[in-house]
Amino acid sequence: MARMGFVLRSLIAALCLWLAAAATPPAAAQQPSSVNPTAQSVKEQELLKELQRIQGRSSLPDARTRVLEQPAGREWRQFHQVTLRWIGAIVILGMLAVLLLFYLIRGMVRIEAGRSGRTVVRFNAFERFVHWMTATCFIVLALSGLNVTFGKELLTPLIGPEAFAGWAQWAKYAHNYLSFPFTLGVVLMFLLWIAWNFPSGTDVRWIREGGGIVGNGHPPARRFNAGQKMIYWVVVLGGGAAAVTGYLLMFPFYATDVTGMQTAQMVHGIVGMLFIAIMLAHIYIGTIGMQGAFEAMGKGEVDVNWARQHHSLWLDNEIRKGRVGGGSVAPAE
Amino acid sequence: MARMKFLCDADRCIECNACVTACKNEHDIPWGINRRRVVTINDGKPGERSVSMACMHCTDAPCAAVCPVNCFYTTADGVVLHSKDLCIGCGYCFYACPFGAPQYPKVGNFGSRGKMDKCTYCAGGPETDLSAAEYGSRENGQFTGYGSNRLAEGKLPLCAEMCSTKSLLAGDGEIIAQIYKERVVRRGYTSGAWGWQTAYRETIAS
Repeated sequence: MARMGFVLRSLIAALCLWLAAAATPPAAAQQPSSVNPTAQSVKEQELLKELQRIQGRSSLPDARTRVLEQPAGREWRQFHQVTLRWIGAIVILGMLAVLLLFYLIRGMVRIEAGRSGRTVVRFNAFERFVHWMTATCFIVLALSGLNVTFGKELLTPLIGPEAFAGWAQWAKYAHNYLSFPFTLGVVLMFLLWIAWNFPSGTDVRWIREGGGIVGNGHPPARRFNAGQKMIYWVVVLGGGAAAVTGYLLMFPFYATDVTGMQTAQMVHGIVGMLFIAIMLAHIYIGTIGMQGAFEAMGKGEVDVNWARQHHSLWLDNEIRKGRVGGGSVAPAE
Repeated sequence: MARMKFLCDADRCIECNACVTACKNEHDIPWGINRRRVVTINDGKPGERSVSMACMHCTDAPCAAVCPVNCFYTTADGVVLHSKDLCIGCGYCFYACPFGAPQYPKVGNFGSRGKMDKCTYCAGGPETDLSAAEYGSRENGQFTGYGSNRLAEGKLPLCAEMCSTKSLLAGDGEIIAQIYKERVVRRGYTSGAWGWQTAYRETIAS
């Protein structure tokens, strides 16, 4: 009796257990999980905040296709369309205004003793060739370069879009091809004149006394005065920077990615604008700014009185070497 | 007037590259130019997403702003197109584009850039619609013209039509935004409409 009761109780317990198990719905399997793994999807704006640009993997062989989004493009646009134009306009128009004012106030620096009629060789034929090759290339490079930044706004209303595009295409070819003789010229100038372009005490005195152009001093100078040395270094360093960045732009993505290309373009643009402004001053002083200056690079010979006034130490040196021709010249004994 | 846009649903794209192949085939694009591409972020890791990207036809297109010869124009549908006759191959549009849409064949001097080519929303170019000049020529190593003009035939871009999962949507911005919103509601989550903030200054259901 007791044994049957035990068995019966066991059976009922088993039945209840089975019913309970059957009736309980499987908890975790049917209800949606409280954690949705794909809800961690990152939105575009979050990624842009984290990374300078969004890139991944692409099946195409070109490495540039891996970049999905590079927001720096918009900053570059702002620089090129707005910032660089302001820089260029201020620097170039400002320099023209300064030069005009300077000419009106100071006028042409005359040879005070008047021309003597005797000359001394200042630049030989090769030096003059290098200078003029570089200078002509510079003019074309400057104009075609300015065309890229300012051209469409200034010229399209005058000649229409088709003519402007044709001109811009040839300007681009000219800019790319003439870069080679220009770079060669800068390298040659660097080598030809490096010996005379190291700064010295004479330069300090020359600058302090206004170089003879500000005020009426007559500070001595060697073959190149401090102003010319500054121009030399601007040409060598600026020209070098323009050449390097220019070739990066001309052989796109050979050495760098799109960020590097943007940086190269910004450097090229800023160096170009400053270079143009400074060369305007150089052209001024070599033409209307100073009497007797142009023939130094034009004919290669300068008047002795001009040399006495502006490069006295150099002239003494040339006299000592017997290179000053014609007339009686007192040698430095 | 409809404002045409692209929307790639990053949660649906399976990186099948059908869009890439369709575009390449439809316009007979030469080797080396990739108007449309699929980029996979976090490849192989949790949270992997693929996005199909070509030109987004932006509202204030940076490419048009920086072009030195103003060769870009925006149609009444909002499609950003350009003229290969005016293009001088300077490369500025690529520097400015956030999405890297402009492509250049390597045929110029020193192996540098030829005329820019990019996704046209299957809307051709400035030449007369559906003319041979608009499609262009691929003979003798040339790559002139712009490819086929589906929009003039009343069709949508082929990449979106061929998309195997309908992750890439193309058409009127209002309509595709609505489709996307419905998907977001049904799923319960979203990666956002990639590129819309940058291209159109809008967000959808984020």
